[in-house]
Amino acid sequence: MKRQRGRTNLPVPAIALACSAIAFFALPLIGLLWRAPWSQAWRYINDDASLAALRLSLICSLWATVLSIVFGVPLAWLLARVQFRGRSFVRALCTLSMVLPPVVGGVALFFALGRRGIVGQYLDRWFDLRLPFTTAGVVLAQTFVAMPFLVVTVEAALRQLDGRLEDAARTLGGAPWYTFRRVTLPAIGPAVVAGSVLAWARALGEFGATITFAGNFPGTTQTMPLAVFLSLETNPEKAIVLALVLIVISFTVLVVLRDRWFFGRNGGSSTALP
Amino acid sequence: MLDLQVDLEVRPGEVLALLGPNGAGKTTLLRCIAGLSVIDEGRISIDDVAVDEPLTGSFVVPERRQIGVVFQDYLLFQHLTVIENVAFGLRARGMRKGDARRVAREWIARIGLDNYATQLPKSLSGGQGQRVALARALATEPAVLLLDEPLAALDSTTRADVRRDLRRHLQAFTGMGILVTHDPVDCYALADRVAILDAGRVVQIGTLTEVTAHPRSRYVADLVGVNLVSGEVVGSALTTPSGVVVIVADAAPGPSLAVIRPHSIGLTRGPVVESSIRNSWPGEITEIDRLGDRVRVGVTGALTLTAEITSAALDAMHLQIGDEVTATAKATEIEVYAA
Repeated sequence: MKRQRGRTNLPVPAIALACSAIAFFALPLIGLLWRAPWSQAWRYINDDASLAALRLSLICSLWATVLSIVFGVPLAWLLARVQFRGRSFVRALCTLSMVLPPVVGGVALFFALGRRGIVGQYLDRWFDLRLPFTTAGVVLAQTFVAMPFLVVTVEAALRQLDGRLEDAARTLGGAPWYTFRRVTLPAIGPAVVAGSVLAWARALGEFGATITFAGNFPGTTQTMPLAVFLSLETNPEKAIVLALVLIVISFTVLVVLRDRWFFGRNGGSSTALP
Repeated sequence: MLDLQVDLEVRPGEVLALLGPNGAGKTTLLRCIAGLSVIDEGRISIDDVAVDEPLTGSFVVPERRQIGVVFQDYLLFQHLTVIENVAFGLRARGMRKGDARRVAREWIARIGLDNYATQLPKSLSGGQGQRVALARALATEPAVLLLDEPLAALDSTTRADVRRDLRRHLQAFTGMGILVTHDPVDCYALADRVAILDAGRVVQIGTLTEVTAHPRSRYVADLVGVNLVSGEVVGSALTTPSGVVVIVADAAPGPSLAVIRPHSIGLTRGPVVESSIRNSWPGEITEIDRLGDRVRVGVTGALTLTAEITSAALDAMHLQIGDEVTATAKATEIEVYAA
């Protein structure tokens, strides 16, 4: 990087705007820190309801990340590598929940998988399986909004990857699945990690789809964001502390993983980032 | 879409060079043979087995063809070490890990990169990368070896070394070799026959000597119609096995190949009395080929050379077959390659 030499002719307006943007992101955080009831913090965190919400949040968001990887990587591969009619339609469909208001996603999930939904009624009748208002429902709602982040990231990496590497593997006798496992996957590894982190962060912060589809039952469906929102009405101080816990977790993961994976060994060629 | 129509046959132990400009269809042809692209009609067979024949619906997927490919930019797997790269084909074909590594290690020794076995490809130089790509392709003992401009990515100093290594490996290779290149020197060093490709068609095929001496079109003449003289360079002179001396400039000592372009050869009636031109070879005109307003004149003496002059010059000098002439060439216009 030629940062040293570039420093002499920085465009002042761009710097000013950039600094304003930084302030815009920093100020709310400072506001929270400023209003936080530091002496009470530990008491608020260390109560059963908060710990249950925290535990549920972590478990559900990790499950949502696992599901996003298992289904999202093949989906990204399909979108990037296989030519078929209606591909752009499928891509739009699969990434719609990125731009959809999460509440709408929750409602839609409800009519699909709810007890009277098009699929949900059969799940209920045949398998006695009910997803709404359960922990599994939380995972589904989170996966629904989080997976597109992984898909978009991994698809971009696949498009950048020289397809001839896969050609080379096939001429060496690598069947498609072997080639995917030993050549494609390692090459897009950093993007898969980056996409997973994005998806996980999105799942951790999920609110709208969760509360609509899975409700707000302490211990089974009340995740941290829900707990924060509800505390805001009854006990604002507790809401601030819980919000800070969420921020610390997300921030730590982003900072730690960002250096290693986003701008890491490949010189940052891999992805779009948070 | 490229319209590619060719009819070629390669025998085991033979290397066929495909020579032609960018866009002539060379790489596409290799991809079809490898199974990475499909043909619309016709037939590709390897060892008499049809691997792509639309009429009968037979198609063998790339991983089941007995092929090895050296790609232009090598396409080494950057996340695998050198030995893992070389072992890749063996592993993919189901060989056990220990066995595959042992075979790979032998290949790495053969290409002289023992010390790099556990390194990643990014630490290799261009020439080393090329050798690893070659070892990776040969390790599975393919029936067909496809080389796509294997030397094009190298700088001119390493190219000669790598070319010499490649030649050694190709001579030891018992399968069929197909080499794509746009450099006549590669054909000379590495191939037994050469097929000239232009806009998807084979415009001429034969041994390099035939094709360079008798280009059948203006196009082929421009591409490969050069005089090739091999010999030993000592000081500023290249001496052929039959004792003819070619004065050259800036050549490294050792076995070499001189490329004398026909348009840099002049023809003089009788002996050259005094001139700055260092080379003069007397001979007799054996051939006169008119290609447009230029003429290729074959002169046979101690060397067999082709000169290219304008038809105006030919007419003015009243040159005819059987005339005694002296062919001249400036030392600085002769390119010399280590062979």
